[in-house]
Amino acid sequence: MKDNIKFVQGNEACVEGALYAGLDFFAGYPITPSTEIAEHLSYRLPQSGGKFIQMEDEIASMCAIIGASLTGHKVMTATSGPGFSLMQEALGYAIMTEIPCVIVDVQRGGPSTGLPTSVSQGDVNQARWGAHGDHAVIALTASNHQDIFAITVEAFNLAETYRTPVILLFDEVTGHMRERLVVPEEGEIPLVGRLRTSVPEGVDYHPYLPREDGRLPMSDFGGVHRYNVTGLFHDMWGFPSNNPGVVQGLLRHLMDKINNNAHQIARYNEYFVEDAQVLLISYGSAARSALHVVQNRRPRGERVGLLELQTLWPFPVDLVRERCRAPEIVMVVEMNMGQVLQAVKLGVDDPEKVFLANRIDGSLITPTDIRNILRVIQGKGV
Amino acid sequence: MNRCRMVFSGSGGQGVITAAIILAEAAVLHEGLMAVQSQSYGPEARGGATRTDVIIWDSQIHFPKANEPNVLVCLTQEAYNKFYTIIRPGGLLITDSRFVRIERKVDARQVELPMYEKVMETIKRPIVLNICMLGVVVALTRVVQPESLLKVLKARIPAGFLDINTQALELGMALSREGRT
Repeated sequence: MKDNIKFVQGNEACVEGALYAGLDFFAGYPITPSTEIAEHLSYRLPQSGGKFIQMEDEIASMCAIIGASLTGHKVMTATSGPGFSLMQEALGYAIMTEIPCVIVDVQRGGPSTGLPTSVSQGDVNQARWGAHGDHAVIALTASNHQDIFAITVEAFNLAETYRTPVILLFDEVTGHMRERLVVPEEGEIPLVGRLRTSVPEGVDYHPYLPREDGRLPMSDFGGVHRYNVTGLFHDMWGFPSNNPGVVQGLLRHLMDKINNNAHQIARYNEYFVEDAQVLLISYGSAARSALHVVQNRRPRGERVGLLELQTLWPFPVDLVRERCRAPEIVMVVEMNMGQVLQAVKLGVDDPEKVFLANRIDGSLITPTDIRNILRVIQGKGV
Repeated sequence: MNRCRMVFSGSGGQGVITAAIILAEAAVLHEGLMAVQSQSYGPEARGGATRTDVIIWDSQIHFPKANEPNVLVCLTQEAYNKFYTIIRPGGLLITDSRFVRIERKVDARQVELPMYEKVMETIKRPIVLNICMLGVVVALTRVVQPESLLKVLKARIPAGFLDINTQALELGMALSREGRT
């Protein structure tokens, strides 16, 4: 038996991915179904010299990781829907102040405290629009433990690359189920470190003065440079400003740095998409059921394919539009009332061929559910 | 191999989830197979009907639930009443004869075994009932080698408790040979 083969929960795969990416500070408040992330990090982090803090609530957790990140650490918090609601204000602050951090939301049924031990994918739009004001976010997901590991590493890389919070939207099924994880060797997945300023001590450092490539080098807060950080619109010094030009410039920058790179941020898997007459679009644990359908129906001659999205925001609209052109039926498989469905319908040339296959009762959507809904759409009856 | 879909059910605290994890871990770590284990549970830590699903196969497993299991184990009447109808035709239904009264015939091989009584008689520690149950499952299905289970037990269980767990595993395997079917 090789040491790097593990049989673990998805939440542990996330922990392993975060540690691989260089996580060295975690602050959180336990909540089902994300608790195992905090539990495992509470003993894994101290082993490698990192810090684990259990905070008094999710508001404080989010604020703690923002502060720690600003001082130069790779940081993460983990929660579920109710806690994610509490984090929204500070999430907006991290977006505005451009502080890299990773927030894991292991989704359960909502709204409110909802269904603590049951699965849902109802936080997709919360990830997109939970914070107020115009803004852009990166939200990623995955359907199996190998991908959960890899996408967690990716979340840290994107957070550093774009100086932004990255949201990982997992769910109760993938979080709690156990399956095989092969932990990659060191160096197998490239890591993006903090881009630090080359401005020496004693010389003025402008925390919000972009380089020519748009990136903003950071200086560890409390280190050699003194600078200001605020959630107000701010100038290149980090000081508040209501100068219309400064305000417009900053908001454009916050949107463009994400949206203009949507194609580079897009992560996805494709199965039998090329000649598909029926294209399923799915993500997270629902994609496991969708893939089961594809692999089950292909040998029977049904031309069904799957586009599994791993990047949900910024929505990979060009990819989706292109892949939806040829198929006669597009069916979005998700466990909510159609949150990704709306994004797909907005993006494709002919939205009337896009349908929803969903389940919202706290149970994982089954391959049988998907097939039955498809048969009805096709006019074949159940 | 055929895809082996199993559901273990009982009362919270009986260790059915732990048993499922040990079995699946043996398959993945020591036999190079694929396995997926999941569970559904309510908010309470003890009591209530607990269910865990394990699928073991030699290829990638996508849908992680065993909606129609080949192997169904019920350790309490409540679990039996709730789940006995989901057994796949031709499957294997294992119940503990002290706690479960079989209500109706299903289209499956029904094996009633006095697992709890034998554990109390020979080992006198109810905490190893789940490992005895694993012994029965492995002897009847041969889904993994008993040696692989022993390796997992050695890695997971404190040294002081290894003996009674090994005994329980052997007890279950022996018991399966005298099962009333």
